[in-house]
Amino acid sequence: MGQSGEREPESPTGQSVRPDLLRGLTQPRFSRRRFVRGAAGLLAAGSLGGAISACGIAGTRDTGWKDGFDWDAWWSEQSKQGTFDFANWPLYIDRTKDGSPTINAFSEKYGITVNYRPVIQDNATFFAQISPVLQAGQSTGYDMVVISNGWQLTQMIKNHWLIPLDHSRMPNFKRYAATSVRDPNYDPGNTYTVAWQSGITGIAYDTNNIDREINSVKDLWDPAFAGKVGMMADDTELGSVGMLALGIDPKTSTPADWERAADLLRKQRDAGIVRQYYDQSYIKALQQGDTWISMAWSGDVFLSQQSGNKNLKFVVPDEGVMFWQDNCMIPLHAAHPVDAMMWIDYFYRPEVQAPIADWVWYISPVPDAKPIIAGKLDDPTVADSPYVFPTPEIQRKFVAYYDPKGVEDQLKWTSIFDPIIQS
Amino acid sequence: MSGATAASGRRPRSLAGPLWKRAVLPTYVLIVLAITLVPIIVMIVYSLNEAPNGRLSFSWQGFTTEWYRHLFEIPDLTDALVTSLEIAALSTVIAVAIGTPAALALARYRFRGRATGDLVILADIAAPSVVVGASLLGLFVYLGVSRGFGTILIAHVAFNVAFVVIVLQARLRDIDPSLSEAARDLGSSPIQAFWLITIPVIYPAILSAALLAAALSIDDFIITSFVAGQTLTFPLWVYGSVKVGIPPQVFAMGTLIFAAGALIAVAGLFSARRSARQTA
Amino acid sequence: MSTKLRTALVPYLLSLPAALWLGIFFVLPILTILGVSLMTGNSIDGWTLTWNFSIFGDAISTYATQFGRSFLYGGISTAVALLTMYPVAYWIAFHGGRFKSVLLFLLLLPFFVSFVIRILAWQFILADDGIILGALKDVGLIPEDTHVLSTPFAVVAGLTYDALPFMLLPLYVALQRIDRTQVEGAADLYASASARFRTIILPLSAPGVYAGIVLVAITNIGDYLSASILGGPSTTMIGNIIQTQYVNNADYPIASALALILMVALMAAMAVYARIFGTRTLQEHVT
Repeated sequence: MGQSGEREPESPTGQSVRPDLLRGLTQPRFSRRRFVRGAAGLLAAGSLGGAISACGIAGTRDTGWKDGFDWDAWWSEQSKQGTFDFANWPLYIDRTKDGSPTINAFSEKYGITVNYRPVIQDNATFFAQISPVLQAGQSTGYDMVVISNGWQLTQMIKNHWLIPLDHSRMPNFKRYAATSVRDPNYDPGNTYTVAWQSGITGIAYDTNNIDREINSVKDLWDPAFAGKVGMMADDTELGSVGMLALGIDPKTSTPADWERAADLLRKQRDAGIVRQYYDQSYIKALQQGDTWISMAWSGDVFLSQQSGNKNLKFVVPDEGVMFWQDNCMIPLHAAHPVDAMMWIDYFYRPEVQAPIADWVWYISPVPDAKPIIAGKLDDPTVADSPYVFPTPEIQRKFVAYYDPKGVEDQLKWTSIFDPIIQS
Repeated sequence: MSGATAASGRRPRSLAGPLWKRAVLPTYVLIVLAITLVPIIVMIVYSLNEAPNGRLSFSWQGFTTEWYRHLFEIPDLTDALVTSLEIAALSTVIAVAIGTPAALALARYRFRGRATGDLVILADIAAPSVVVGASLLGLFVYLGVSRGFGTILIAHVAFNVAFVVIVLQARLRDIDPSLSEAARDLGSSPIQAFWLITIPVIYPAILSAALLAAALSIDDFIITSFVAGQTLTFPLWVYGSVKVGIPPQVFAMGTLIFAAGALIAVAGLFSARRSARQTA
Repeated sequence: MSTKLRTALVPYLLSLPAALWLGIFFVLPILTILGVSLMTGNSIDGWTLTWNFSIFGDAISTYATQFGRSFLYGGISTAVALLTMYPVAYWIAFHGGRFKSVLLFLLLLPFFVSFVIRILAWQFILADDGIILGALKDVGLIPEDTHVLSTPFAVVAGLTYDALPFMLLPLYVALQRIDRTQVEGAADLYASASARFRTIILPLSAPGVYAGIVLVAITNIGDYLSASILGGPSTTMIGNIIQTQYVNNADYPIASALALILMVALMAAMAVYARIFGTRTLQEHVT
């Protein structure tokens, strides 16, 4: 539009659309009065904002139950109510067109109405939704929620936002739970949580595109696969695999270890080896051929294989495989705690566990469900799968995640690993 | 929106040209239209795809209309869709109800605070969704307001109002105010003049503003994701289910929404031709 | 009450409901995040107002890359959207005839379908061995290891695609308001088609161009979905950062600071653009 000197005609509607640029640049735009009023307005606005926030935002400290609370006495006063509000992840329980057979059976057997809400899509998002409620001392509306081990669960425990489980009401857990889900490092003695299902984070690769054997975490760094490697966008998973590649045990790692792992991961990214940091959609990338090798969860790969992707193979690396659990817990102020406990006890029966494990295809916490799946349900694919019922060799390779000691610890972790994902 | 000054149909020689030149633009428009339709076609095709495990598959498994027959099989998805529709309807109505008078005030009257009002409206449209969503969440958290249907509605009205005001202001400015002035001179009260003269004239603009508001509300993701709490709207539900695999019903619903819109377009075409013929 | 007072009060009363709603649910939150950004703390201990102005400096220096990238992707997608849709808007406005509204509606119709669905469809279409790339690779037109997904190209393409209706509408409105008699008059005076376009149509459509650019640029620069679904390792935009900091890390001060910086930068850019192109008030030219 550099037609200097020409005067454009004004349009009939009176809009002046062609400025004399020089005049425009030198003409006073603001009279002093307007400026002062504008500045005063801004100052007022800022002060208002400041005044509003002067009270600050409250933290979560001391918003849970107080130390020394007598939970035994409390539990002895509770009784079954006949309702059970259960929040879970989607596709995490057996399902037919008439709902979940397991839930229906439980409902009928105990006369409890179950409100099953598969609303949990993501630990952080779900936690962000319930924590303000819990902070205000109110009920989340759920008697049971399922959260993966990680910072959110650790916060629930540390904030005293969970009701300690009444072990006397869940004898089936003691009787049937697998060793690997007992006494996790983030919840010693299963004080607050029991596993719903577990899983392992290993490596999946496409045998169509990769000829050789994959058996090490370091294969994710192989330049031969440059641009075809999928890593997870979850900073906990990413940091853990970085440490595994260096032979560090995440459970006992220190910030210095984290820095070393971060360096290794940064090298991987800068060398163009990583195609993308994926959330759960890594499996689609593998299926579509966007990636040839990827960090992966056992259940996803198993499901993929059964859905026609026979070329995908899951590997438990030599260095170890991260073992995670999605845990059931009873949030504070739950209205029907006994009903929740009854569900836990029911759920740990092998014959109840069997159809769930047969549907979900992640690691079942009840090994005794295996013969039932093989026999009564006649599904050897699932029964014999080492990814639903891991063999002792695989169990030996289970590695636990690092459990943050507090908020500074967690912030240190995310400040080290987040920039790699969000560069 | 169709201009009153368009001299359509009559084209002087100098604006025409050889056939191939005249065909360039229309062809281009068709190409653009086709490109915008490509993902829709994908959606339609794969809504008719068989899906083992109830999760949408992008590899062709076989033809089926199952997902249309069992459209409401997933209660949470249906709930989310219903919630989206309810919020769209409510927020549109509220936005039009409070936006129309505001547009009138800003377009017709000079008053203190008009410039500020214009600026706020502009800022509302201009503010990035992330900022609006995050700040609203901050306010709700700070005030201890629990997030859910109500907060989503509040947020949607907040951004819809700005669009309604902008569209109506534009239209009001285009209208000759002497019409209402004449009515007032002839004795009608301002309210009568408004209802009997102004409203019928701006009615199409109100409709298009309402349509825009409804579309923005149904499809809103970022702002809603911040303030929804545990309530799910259709886009939120779909986005969440992407991780585990979306059910094919989602594509079926999308196809139906698209088909409904296409039908409205065809109906509009026919009614436009009819009214053109009638006024001819 | 005197008529004069009543008349004076009318505009205030008319705009009161909207003013209240926007005042409480738009202006107030924005002001609040100004306060929050100046706080220090964490989720356990809470946050207190410490007038921590240094956070703005920290935010900019830590995330300068993402800011720059957001403006880059947003700018490119806006420019492409403008160049793509201007001819379309022009054709519909000037040569659409009876079918104007229908054509407009048809072009906007795909955007009634939830954009999550649209992005998923694009993910499928742009897959490495999918419909487009697979076919091109089979024919040998592009090398085997070409991929579109997880690249900046895919992110910008996604942003552009979603921007098309927001660009089309203001352009169309401005173009169809142009008085045809002016154009015809120029034709009568022997102006060529391109001269007519350059000197009359293009300048008169400037308000629409401005409105379209503003709408699209603002939406795109602050977007995070396109980057998260279609992007790769180094395509993170500032919207992603804000979202992560807010939801995953609950680091409200930095998230608020980033949001504020983004908004101020955008409004400043708009103001500069408006000044350069000589608009009298920003408002007039958005409509």
